[in-house]
Amino acid sequence: MEAAKLVMMANQIGRFFVPQRDIDPVAAIADHLVKFWEPRMRAAIVAHLKAGGAGLDGPVREAVGRLKEVNVVNGLS
Amino acid sequence: MSLVHEIDYGTPPSLAAETVKLTIDGNEVTVPAGTSIMRAAMDAGIQVPKLCATDSVEAFGSCRLCLVEIAGRAGTPASCTTPVAAGMVVSTQTDRLKQIRNGVMELYISDHPLDCLTCAANGDCELQDMAGAVGLREVRYGTGGENHLAQEKDDSNPYFTFDASKCIVCSRCVRACEEVQGTFALTIQGRGFDSKVSAGMAEKFIDSECVSCGACVQACPTATLIEKTVIDVGQPEHSVVTTCAYCGVGCNFKAEMRGEELVRMVPYKDGLANHGHSCVKGRFAWGYANHRERILNPMIRERIDQPWREVSWDEAIGRVASEFKRIQAKHGRLSIGGITSSRCTNEEAYLVQKLVRGGFGNNNVDTCARVCHSPTGYGLSKTYGTSAGTQDFDSVEHTDVVLVIGANPTDAHPVFASRLKKRLRQGARLIVIDPRRIDLVRMPHVEAQYHLALRPGTNAAILNALAHTIVTEGLMNEAFIRERCDISAFEHWAAFVSEPQNSPEAVGLIAGVSPEAIRGAARLYATGGNGAIYYGLGVTEHSQGTTAVMAIANLAMVTGNIGRPGVGVNPLRGQNNVQGSCDMGSFPHELTGYRHISDGAMRSTFEEAWGRSLDGEPGLRIMNMFDAALDGSFKGLYVQGEDILQSDPNTHHVSAALSAMECVVVQDLFLNETATYAHVFLPGSTFLEKDGTFTNAERRINRVRRVMAPKNGMADWEITLAIAKAMGFDMPYSHPSEVMDEIARLTPTFAGVSYDLLDKAGSVQWPCNEKMPLGTPVMHIDAFVRGKGNFIITEYVPTDEKVGPRFPLLLTTGRILSQYNVGAQTRRTANVMWHEEDMLEIHPHDAEQRGVRDGDWVRLDSRTGGTALRARVTDRVAPGVVYTTFHHPDTQANVVTTDYSDWATNCPEYKVTAVQVAPSNGPSDWQRSYGEHAERSRLIAKAAAE
Repeated sequence: MEAAKLVMMANQIGRFFVPQRDIDPVAAIADHLVKFWEPRMRAAIVAHLKAGGAGLDGPVREAVGRLKEVNVVNGLS
Repeated sequence: MSLVHEIDYGTPPSLAAETVKLTIDGNEVTVPAGTSIMRAAMDAGIQVPKLCATDSVEAFGSCRLCLVEIAGRAGTPASCTTPVAAGMVVSTQTDRLKQIRNGVMELYISDHPLDCLTCAANGDCELQDMAGAVGLREVRYGTGGENHLAQEKDDSNPYFTFDASKCIVCSRCVRACEEVQGTFALTIQGRGFDSKVSAGMAEKFIDSECVSCGACVQACPTATLIEKTVIDVGQPEHSVVTTCAYCGVGCNFKAEMRGEELVRMVPYKDGLANHGHSCVKGRFAWGYANHRERILNPMIRERIDQPWREVSWDEAIGRVASEFKRIQAKHGRLSIGGITSSRCTNEEAYLVQKLVRGGFGNNNVDTCARVCHSPTGYGLSKTYGTSAGTQDFDSVEHTDVVLVIGANPTDAHPVFASRLKKRLRQGARLIVIDPRRIDLVRMPHVEAQYHLALRPGTNAAILNALAHTIVTEGLMNEAFIRERCDISAFEHWAAFVSEPQNSPEAVGLIAGVSPEAIRGAARLYATGGNGAIYYGLGVTEHSQGTTAVMAIANLAMVTGNIGRPGVGVNPLRGQNNVQGSCDMGSFPHELTGYRHISDGAMRSTFEEAWGRSLDGEPGLRIMNMFDAALDGSFKGLYVQGEDILQSDPNTHHVSAALSAMECVVVQDLFLNETATYAHVFLPGSTFLEKDGTFTNAERRINRVRRVMAPKNGMADWEITLAIAKAMGFDMPYSHPSEVMDEIARLTPTFAGVSYDLLDKAGSVQWPCNEKMPLGTPVMHIDAFVRGKGNFIITEYVPTDEKVGPRFPLLLTTGRILSQYNVGAQTRRTANVMWHEEDMLEIHPHDAEQRGVRDGDWVRLDSRTGGTALRARVTDRVAPGVVYTTFHHPDTQANVVTTDYSDWATNCPEYKVTAVQVAPSNGPSDWQRSYGEHAERSRLIAKAAAE
């Protein structure tokens, strides 16, 4: 999975949730990624964060950070 | 079997609640006030002779055949134009009436060719019937007088003929064109004896404004307007009611047959979506079913540069299973997947997702709805709680203000558009929000009060500006908001839309629309009575597609336009079963009825029913499948009924992904563009060859009924079962009805649905369950499905696709009336007469700057790719915007579109691509090389025995 594309997609999600009121945008972004991104996509964005996370917007970076706690499989099990 | 005959009541029904009692031929009859005597008589089973009356159009009173006598009244009034009255005593058969009718019929027949035995309408001619009904035995006037028998026949239309020599000038065709279709292409030219039906300005039908909907043909009581297939084949002898396989309107048709030969498709009057109307596609464009390019035998090949080899079904299915098993053994369980089709039935979509989840052991299933209305599902579920439109089509009859945004109903949903135009002619007002001047903006007897020709990509901003006006000018429905909506969410949202950046003045600068027009449109929608929003892919196919859907939902809530007839949020679905394929669990993150795969308790009900454990993680969406293929982790794909190479964005990216896969299986009618990269081809069957259901844009579940055996030997659902079995996952069904029974058992919103119910009720709209046993025409009546309506903040975020010096224009794409989607079906019919190639619409200003004249070849380039096509210079598009269709693989418009997609659903941003246009000499090098590849890739080796 191409990291730059995933970063762009994740930031798009972030730009929707950050302006919402009465919710924790970081939690909402993480929840969206868990619910709609297939495990290998999540694994790739997590790997990108581990490698520095270039390009990830602040709240998105934080949300991807929370994904580390999710049991992300490598897609080849 | 026999022909399905519908009763013609002669005049339309009266909708009055008050009833009137009268006596007709000694029978006491009670009917709604305002009913015609003719209709009241038919209600009592008494058929008054008639020629110019039919119940699809208003009474006209010209033929003078339906005269009756009324006790206490002088004369013999026409029963079609005379309304009933309390206590009225009517006689429909008297000696006086018989004498008058005989005289009238004598006059008609004296100027009509007496060729009944060789006439194509023999046996289905109302003139013939009426001659019998009135007891005509002679024509005293002879045949030597002046007449119309030498009138020229117009056979210019590919589907029907107009033989003026057989015309009785009853005006039924003219009135059908006006009242039913709303095109006004026909008129009566001349006066008295010279009166004649005329298309356009005395033109041939093909040269006129006629849109070939068939309403005139259906209304014609003689052989004057008749289908060419009836002329060629003869009268049908039996018929079966089924559902059209084109757009999301879901019209019911009678498939009229001679044996296993389809003679004609006639719109079914009792069809609850179409009420007896049709368009050129459903009515006439079914010839693809017998097209010479249709593939009827399974084929395989090892590599895509090899010719295809025809094999047995066993060998083809065995190849699919062995390849998929091999790939999974080598690359992992998640390395294969499938795509369900919005052109196939609910049952077929359900089976494909079941195969993927239960047989492949993953959730890598998606559907072509991904690339059209996936934002509708997500957006409406978050705001209202249900992933579907709120109304039935009949709702438009109660609408006062229609807001059409990002949709072109007259081209893409023509039968609904006719209903809409009728309502507009009755006085409803219209707002159109579209970058392009679609036909609805101004056409005969229809004119939009506001056309907001916004810059592509600014939907969310415009919708926020409408909301800003409504909130800041106090036009809200506060009672509705207080009672039905989440107040905290509303307050946050109201504060957000009231911010200055959402004002019409600020947004107008971004969107290129005058603030006054935005404010005017908002005031009209909020205060004009029942307001209904209809939208299409011009809303969803953006990077903010979901945001715009939510903004639409917000607008309907803030004005209280939800939960009753005449209002609502109405997504116009592109293909016949977009709604259904989504309902059936085709998305990788959810099972049937939009329930997330991570819900363990719900998932276990499927596990128990299917006998397989299911993965609780979401699978890959179509776009993700391509990306995974290119990174080497996705290697096998089963595609049922979708041409992803032609229809998905960034063609180069898709072809590279397909090339990277080890086994691509295509199930389709034709060797489509995707099949040029496939290793196994499984021939599919048409909607005429299978049983099942489609669910239309109004959630209506319609039956599809088999009228002929599958020409390929297997229905599509049977093919999926065979693959599953070969993969070791037995799915034992003997008929699609059993599949629907399983869907009903596992899906609360479908709990009451069965083929028995559909046969009895005709169709039902989900939710259909214990609470609503006959379905739900209008949703959210007393409360939203989610409880309180949820206002969501919809901040405008400009797309990342930017214009600049190299790519200064914005391309937006769409479709045209005569063609459908990738054109696989319609390109193989005579519909190509109206649209034989994709054209690029460009504004005269942009064309002049580039030295482009109408009809010139131009290059169309984006950052993604380029193609060439011919230009149509028109001010339908604004300066800075160009437009094309995507119906032809020779053009491959999607070679230009980009990978940008909706933030929530990955629905591609087809509607905004930065491009440059320049003069060209003809097709591009890429088009030529792709053409050669496609031709090579479609070669079929001769059978070994030859």
